[in-house]
Amino acid sequence: MALKLPQNSLLGSQSDSQRTLYPYVTGTSVVALKYKDRILMAADMGGQQLALGSIDLKPFSYVHMRYKSVERMKPIGKHSLLGASGEISDFQEILRYLNELILYDNMWDDGNSLGPKEVHNYLTRVMYNRRNKFNPLWNSLVLGGVKNGNKYLGTVSMIGVNFKDNHVATGFGNHLAQPILRQEWHENLSFEDGVKLLEKCMRVLLYCDRSAVNKLQIAKITEEGVTIHQPYSLKTYWEFSTFENPAQGAIGSW
Amino acid sequence: MDLDMNVNAPHSMGTTIIGVTYNGGVVLGADSRTSTGMYVANRASDKITQLTDNVYVCRSGSAADSQIVSDYVRYFLHQHTIQLGQPATVKVAANLIRLLSYNNKNMLQTGLIVGGWDKYEGGKIYGIPLGGTLIEQPFAIGGSGSSYLYGFFDQAWKEGMTKEEAEQLVVKAVSLAIARDGASGGVVRTVVINSDGVTRNFYPGDKLQLWHDELEPQHSLLDILNAPSPEPMNI
Repeated sequence: MALKLPQNSLLGSQSDSQRTLYPYVTGTSVVALKYKDRILMAADMGGQQLALGSIDLKPFSYVHMRYKSVERMKPIGKHSLLGASGEISDFQEILRYLNELILYDNMWDDGNSLGPKEVHNYLTRVMYNRRNKFNPLWNSLVLGGVKNGNKYLGTVSMIGVNFKDNHVATGFGNHLAQPILRQEWHENLSFEDGVKLLEKCMRVLLYCDRSAVNKLQIAKITEEGVTIHQPYSLKTYWEFSTFENPAQGAIGSW
Repeated sequence: MDLDMNVNAPHSMGTTIIGVTYNGGVVLGADSRTSTGMYVANRASDKITQLTDNVYVCRSGSAADSQIVSDYVRYFLHQHTIQLGQPATVKVAANLIRLLSYNNKNMLQTGLIVGGWDKYEGGKIYGIPLGGTLIEQPFAIGGSGSSYLYGFFDQAWKEGMTKEEAEQLVVKAVSLAIARDGASGGVVRTVVINSDGVTRNFYPGDKLQLWHDELEPQHSLLDILNAPSPEPMNI
């Protein structure tokens, strides 16, 4: 009797040795903007364990705030900073790839170094090729850097969609932070204004994104190098009078 | 995150709800987050709903289902109170909730905790989880955040607490659940019910105790940088 392989007609007949079907431990939004001659990027330090279950066949997903000190932004080489949302293990794999890339680049010992544009292109190729094999790296990446005075800010999605812009965001940041940035970003932001703008975005995300965690890091990339500041928490505001007793006017409402 | 954010998902109160009896009454507590998928639709909702002057209910699960059930029960209890000529008992309120939950179990998706005070039995807590089981308990926890509290209550719950102890326990518990459950968040609301009446309390998110891996909130990174503090690490 012939051995029957599992039915996977559309997705290839080889056995699924390793594929990320859905993410397990994920990070939420990354937000970044250009200011003066540099880049600022912010991400919180949460790693959410997605708990999938069902009650009466109705699927439930609960976000379990498993890790609260996950570093989701890492410097790459001398000139770039990579921020990632999505599956943390895939992000760590990407860091391994990039480490190898930078290592080989350094081994040439020719005075040249990979800049943000090159790293962004490399990441795009990696993400797109994985997508073509139906085995994506489940991340949305933000790549920022400064080389030879030129600032660069780009993003790559898990399916290989990539572009550059003055301000980018991943995940919920696209819905909640980008509108703020579109209104308030301008060419000549100072460091202080840039930080305040990012914090404004991160605060909104903290209020409205279920998977956000109140512990964030802000990173700065300049010609001199990358600085990732210490983690800190944001103050939140709850003192609206309607918040105190929302059901006053209509008992049983929210 | 490229997972389906599902903003068209039904409003669900992931939630943490708690009801605790103490020496003289009950304390009900809840978080204030209502979400549609991963979006927080309301960060300051009120999940502790009045049924009568002396009976309140904590709602969890589907916001729509829990609201309609509590609306019906409030209506029935109002009529019942007029007929009876005196305040309804907590047991009657809980049983009305149970009837609706049980008889519509295929359609409803809501877990409720009924708590109140009446002159016959004093302070009582009734848990009515999915399916419509009615269970009288000295304390009850519910909602997605409750998973993180079973161990905590096993250790921290004591018979015959004072009003202050009970309320502190509830606030601490909801706050712990908020720290770990993504579906819970916002402020902690409590309602204390005893022979003297009903007291509502409000504990904003930033006034709660800090737990493991949580940091003191700041206005801005700029305050940290401008303060006399250690240099950020340079790479």
